[in-house]
Amino acid sequence: MSEAVLQYILYVVLLIGLAVPLGIYIGKVMNGEKVLLTRVLSPVERGIYKVMHIDPQEQMNWKKYALSAVLFSIFGFVILFLLNILQGFLPLNPQHLPGTSWHLAFNTTSSFVTNTNWQAYSGESTLSYLTQMLGLTVQNFVSAATGIAVLFALIRGFIKVKTDGLGSFWADMTRIILYILIPICLVLSILLVSQGVVQNFSPYETIDLVEPITAGDGTVITQMVVPQGPAASQISIKQLGTNGGGFFGVNSAHPLENPNAFSNFLEMTALLLIPVALCFTFGRNIKDKRQGIAIFLAMLIMLVVCLAVTGANEAAATPQLSQNGAVDITAGAGQAGGNMEGKETRFGIATSATWAVYTTAASNGSVNSMHDSYTPLGGMITMLQMMLGEVIFGGVGCGLYGMIGFAILAVFIAGLMVGRTPEYLGKKIEPYEMKMAVMVCLATPVAILIGSGLATMLPETMQSLNNPGAHGFSEILYAYSSAGGNNGSAFAGFNANTVFLNLSIGLIMLFVRFVPMLATLAIAGSQVKKKKVAQNAGTLPTHNGLFIFLLIFVVLLVGALSFFPALALGPIAEYFQMLG
Amino acid sequence: MEKVKETAPKALIFLLIMTLLCGVVFPLVVTGISQLLFPRQANGSIIEIDRKKYGSELLGQQFTGNEYLWGRVMNIDTSTFTDSEGNPVMYAGASNKTPAGEELEELVAQRVEKIRAAHPNQGDTPIPVDLVTCSGSGLDPHISPAAAEYQVQRIADARGISAEQVREIVVKYTKGKFLGVFGEETVNVLKVNLALDGILK
Repeated sequence: MSEAVLQYILYVVLLIGLAVPLGIYIGKVMNGEKVLLTRVLSPVERGIYKVMHIDPQEQMNWKKYALSAVLFSIFGFVILFLLNILQGFLPLNPQHLPGTSWHLAFNTTSSFVTNTNWQAYSGESTLSYLTQMLGLTVQNFVSAATGIAVLFALIRGFIKVKTDGLGSFWADMTRIILYILIPICLVLSILLVSQGVVQNFSPYETIDLVEPITAGDGTVITQMVVPQGPAASQISIKQLGTNGGGFFGVNSAHPLENPNAFSNFLEMTALLLIPVALCFTFGRNIKDKRQGIAIFLAMLIMLVVCLAVTGANEAAATPQLSQNGAVDITAGAGQAGGNMEGKETRFGIATSATWAVYTTAASNGSVNSMHDSYTPLGGMITMLQMMLGEVIFGGVGCGLYGMIGFAILAVFIAGLMVGRTPEYLGKKIEPYEMKMAVMVCLATPVAILIGSGLATMLPETMQSLNNPGAHGFSEILYAYSSAGGNNGSAFAGFNANTVFLNLSIGLIMLFVRFVPMLATLAIAGSQVKKKKVAQNAGTLPTHNGLFIFLLIFVVLLVGALSFFPALALGPIAEYFQMLG
Repeated sequence: MEKVKETAPKALIFLLIMTLLCGVVFPLVVTGISQLLFPRQANGSIIEIDRKKYGSELLGQQFTGNEYLWGRVMNIDTSTFTDSEGNPVMYAGASNKTPAGEELEELVAQRVEKIRAAHPNQGDTPIPVDLVTCSGSGLDPHISPAAAEYQVQRIADARGISAEQVREIVVKYTKGKFLGVFGEETVNVLKVNLALDGILK
C-alpha cells in the first residue's frame, strides 16, 4: 500500500517539477523572447511567414483571430474527411484497408479536429498508415496548437489596455508547433522507440504461435499478428497535445504502444505536462505569478482528491472478483493485487489509476487500462472529471481558458454577494463577459445531458452496450461525457460505430470545442478594449485561499447540480448493487 | 465575406505547410533515427533464434499446456486479421466487462475452478488476481511473480524437473520496477516458456 502511495506522490511531484520550467519556456516563446532554440528555428519560422505573406507582428481583432482559427479547422476537416473515405485508393496502405463509411469518417474527423480523439474504430484494422500520419498526426499537432493559441489571445486580452489587437493567429500557431510541440515530440518519440514502441512502414508480421490454440468453433489457429506502423511519432503528440487517439485500438494499454513502466512514465507525464505548465505560463505572462499559482492549486487539489478516490477503489477491487477469498486481491508479495480486470501486469493499480485520473482530467482520453472495467466509483471519478468541463488542467490551452471562464463566474458570484462590480485581473467583468463565460461553462453539461438523454431513449442504443443494467447506462453516459468534454476516452465495450452515435457524438464534439472557443475569444476581444481598474480595498483578491476555495466550489456546484441524477442512475446504482 | 476571402488562402497554405512538416517530415525523421539506432525495438521486438521467429517479446501468447507457464486470460480475437490465404490469425482485445457484475463473477468462478483443478498442490491457496482476469490490451505479455510462483510446482511436475529449476528460469525473466519504484514487477511468459523448452538460453 505504502509503495503505491509513493508512486502516486512521485508521479505528481515529477510532473510539477518538469512543468514549471516548461511553463516559463512557453511564456518566453509566445512573447517572442529569445530561447535556446531560437537560433536553429528562427530561419524556419521566418520562412513560413514569408511563404504565407504574413506579418508576425499583426494585431488581429478577436473576430479575425476567430475567423482564422475556424477557417483553418474547416480546411483541416475537409482534408481529413477525404483521407478517411479515400484511403483505399491512396498509397501507404500495406494492409489494403478500404475507405471508412461516411458517418465514421465524419465522427473521426470531428474528433481529431476538435482535439477530442474519440475513436469509434480500431486503428490497426481500420486506418492506413497514410491516414494515421498525414491526417491524424497532423491534426494532433494543429488542434493542440489551436487550443494554446486561443489561450494566449485571452491572456493578451487581460494584459493589453484600450486596444483591439490580440496578436497573430498564424504567428502563435507557428511558434507553438515549431518551438514547443515538435522538439519535445522528437525526443519523446525516440525515447519511446528505444523502449519498444514500433516505428516503421512495414506490413504486419504474422508469426507461428509456440502453442497453437483452438478457437471456439474448433478451428486451430497457428499464427498471431504483430501489428506495425509509424506509431511512436503519433503517440508522442497524442500524449503531449492532450489528443489521446491511440495508434492501436486499445491505446496505451497495447504493449507495442506503451511497452513498460518507463515508456508509461514518459507518456503519462507528457499528457498532463503542457496543461500544468500553462498555469505557470499564465501567471508569468500576466505579470502576476500568484494568479497562475491560485488556478494551479485549485486544479491540483481536485486532481489529488480524484486520484485518492480512484486509487483506493481500484486497490479494493470488488466482491465479484475476490470470490469469498478464492482469489488473492491483496497488494504485496509479488503482485499488485486489486481490480486487475482490464489492467496490464506491468502497470498494476497505482500506475493505471494515475493514468486514468490524469487522462480524464486533461481531456487527453488515451488509456493504459480499460475504464469500462473499473470499479463503479473508480470509474465514476473518471466520468465526473469530464463532466466538470475538463477544467482540472484540461486540454492544452482549452482547459485553462475553460477554468478562467469558471473564475469569471466565481468573481461574479462573489461580486453579487457584496454588491460590487466584479473584476478579474484588473478588468471589469460586465454582463457581456458574463454571458460569454456562461457559454464556456455550460456548453459541456448541456451537450452531455441532451446527447445521453436522446441516446438512452433510442431502442437501438441497447445493441451497442457491452454490459447490462446500471453499468450499461454508464457506458452511454461515459460516451457523451467524453464527447462533451472533448476527452475521447471510452467505456470501450460500447460499440459507438453506428450512424446515430457517430453523428450525434461528432456534432457534440464540434459544439463543445467551438462554442467555448469563440466565447473565450469574444471575452478576450471585449477585455482588451477596457482600461485597467485600480485595485482597492473592495477588490476581491483572486490569488488567495478563499478564492481557490470559491473556484473549486463553483466548478463542483455546476457539475454536481447538472449530473448528480445521471450519476445516481449509473455508477452509484452499480456501486450499491455490487455490495449486494 | 471580404475577410473570409483574405483569410482562407492563408489558412489553406498554413495547413499544407503543417501537413508537410508534422505529417511527412516529422514521422520520416523519427523513422529514420529509430531504424538506425533501435532497429529491433522499432520493428516489434521480435524474438528470433536461428532464423526462426517465435513472437514478439512484448505480445502475449496463450499457453494452456501443463508444461507451460500460463499468462493472463486472453480475450482472443480471430475475426479481425487473416493471413494471405485467408486463415484466421490470432489477435486479442479487452473484455470491457464490469468487475462488479454477475457476468464476470461467473467467468472468474469458472477460471478459479479450472486453475484449482490443475494445481492440486496449491489446495485452497488464494489465486493471484492477475491469473483470473483479462488485461487491458488482451495481449499482456507478463504475469506477476506471485502468479508465476503459484504455477511452479505444476510445471515442474509436468516436465519432470525440480521446482527449483523452474523457479530459476522464472527469476531470470523477472523484471523489477522501473527505478525500483514505478510500475510493477513482471515475469515475461513467452520468454519463460521458450527457456523451459530450451529454445531461449
